Amino acid sequence: MAKVLMKGNEAIGEAAIRAGCKNYFAYPITPQSEVAEYLAKRLPEVGGVFLQGESEVAVGYMIFGAAGAGERVMTTSSSPGISLMSEAISYIAGAQVPAVFVNIMRGGPGLGGILPSQGDYFQATKGGGHGDYHLLVLAPDGVQEAVEMTMNAFTLAEKYRGPVMIMGDGLIGQMMEPVEFPDTLKTEPSNKDDWATSGMDHRKSDKRNLVKSLFLDPTELNNNNLALKAKYDQMKREEVLYEGYNTDTDYTVLIVSYGTMSRVCKTAIDMMKEQGIEVGLLRPKTLFPFPEKPVFDAATKESCKHVISIEMSMGQMVEDVERSVKGRREVDFYGECGGDIPTPEKIIQVIKALL
Amino acid sequence: MQTEIKFAGFGGQGILLSAKLLAYAAMKQGFFVAWVPSYGPEMRGGTAYCTVVIGDKRIGSPIIKNPSHLVAMNRPSLEKFANDVKPGGVILINSSLIPTRSGREDIIELIVPANDSAIAVGSVKAANIIALSAFAAKTKIVDLELLKDCVKAEFAAKAKIIPLNMKAFDEGVNIANKS
Repeated sequence: MAKVLMKGNEAIGEAAIRAGCKNYFAYPITPQSEVAEYLAKRLPEVGGVFLQGESEVAVGYMIFGAAGAGERVMTTSSSPGISLMSEAISYIAGAQVPAVFVNIMRGGPGLGGILPSQGDYFQATKGGGHGDYHLLVLAPDGVQEAVEMTMNAFTLAEKYRGPVMIMGDGLIGQMMEPVEFPDTLKTEPSNKDDWATSGMDHRKSDKRNLVKSLFLDPTELNNNNLALKAKYDQMKREEVLYEGYNTDTDYTVLIVSYGTMSRVCKTAIDMMKEQGIEVGLLRPKTLFPFPEKPVFDAATKESCKHVISIEMSMGQMVEDVERSVKGRREVDFYGECGGDIPTPEKIIQVIKALL
Repeated sequence: MQTEIKFAGFGGQGILLSAKLLAYAAMKQGFFVAWVPSYGPEMRGGTAYCTVVIGDKRIGSPIIKNPSHLVAMNRPSLEKFANDVKPGGVILINSSLIPTRSGREDIIELIVPANDSAIAVGSVKAANIIALSAFAAKTKIVDLELLKDCVKAEFAAKAKIIPLNMKAFDEGVNIANKS
């Protein structure tokens, strides 16, 4: 298919359609409302359902319901909306049903602002809702990757029978870039007869399925948590994604940065290269599972003296970077989170101060 | 090689559309592009601006402080952004609405009475197309025929207004060629 020029938000909507998502429930919030606008128009054309919930709390449980019935389902929101959905996300994780959540992050805390931010890293990777669960978190750096990750998110959600999150930011949602859509995915979750309450009429077996997150028996609850832990361990083995940039050089500084922020860092790295300063970038594409070993390996390269985490937050991913580096290098941090994205010139100034 | 163009004006002047058409044509020509709108808490009648980044390799930071060129459709935009433009760039000034000039010696001013010319070809609504084609003709960033095809394709669903926009496009090119 030829390249088309699309806004990130619209492209995410189209990617969901092409992945066979027929159910999309959402509540509008800047800067992601175009996903809802796009899918409100597109879903009826493919026999799908768009529903605007009365709040994000309601949307979270609509997602739970559809996912429990074995339907391919997605919602999109921005930071405060994801907070409201977090209770349902915990239930979805506990009940082990697949669903895709997209967070086009804006500044916080509270209502914060509407400009791009990466302030929800902790919320996405360390919880948000209660209990021992993780989301599989994918962080695109542009519109093309947002499309590919959205499509893959459905496959991953079904592989692990759990919630998967795409972490974009306001810029990725609002910006237009050329995109090419991959081939469509298969449209039926392969294992849903084993667990979904999809109705006995459609199922081959007579087994009755129950979708729940309540396990009053302590052994049963412990087993459910062990099953979740086994999935998270498997994700750590099989799903880690990252990109190295300028890492084949003898860099003295390693930047760890993701999403929009990593693109600014790449420009800064190119500019510094012209001045004879080699800087490497490791960009996590999965935030959970975090690329711990790749970060460790890149940070402990002999030429590398400094590691710095650069984020559009006040320092969140830096904790995972420190954890990964295991004290072998000092880990610095730079971040801004008012909505103005740091410029390449600012990044260069920060890096030079380290040298 | 990377070129950045900032389009700025009042909300409703078709700023975002002009920028999108330029990005679209550049994409068709094989360049990497990004179209980055400002999306602050804007009001109707407030300023709207948008940056198009065109490059021959993958675009790194899409956030541009100092663009190569500026298309200023109203006076506040010229006053706000004229000093950001890199030396040697083009500043298009919509002289129908802007009585002043950039005050810079190190850039090229392209004076285009976009609103008046649009009224002359049939509707003030085409002022953005006049500015776009004049800018493209002056800077030669994209192929003019390709850009014209993109304008035509954009209005495919409103065939009635295609002739107006084609006339506006040609008029913009004429103004640039005469300047």
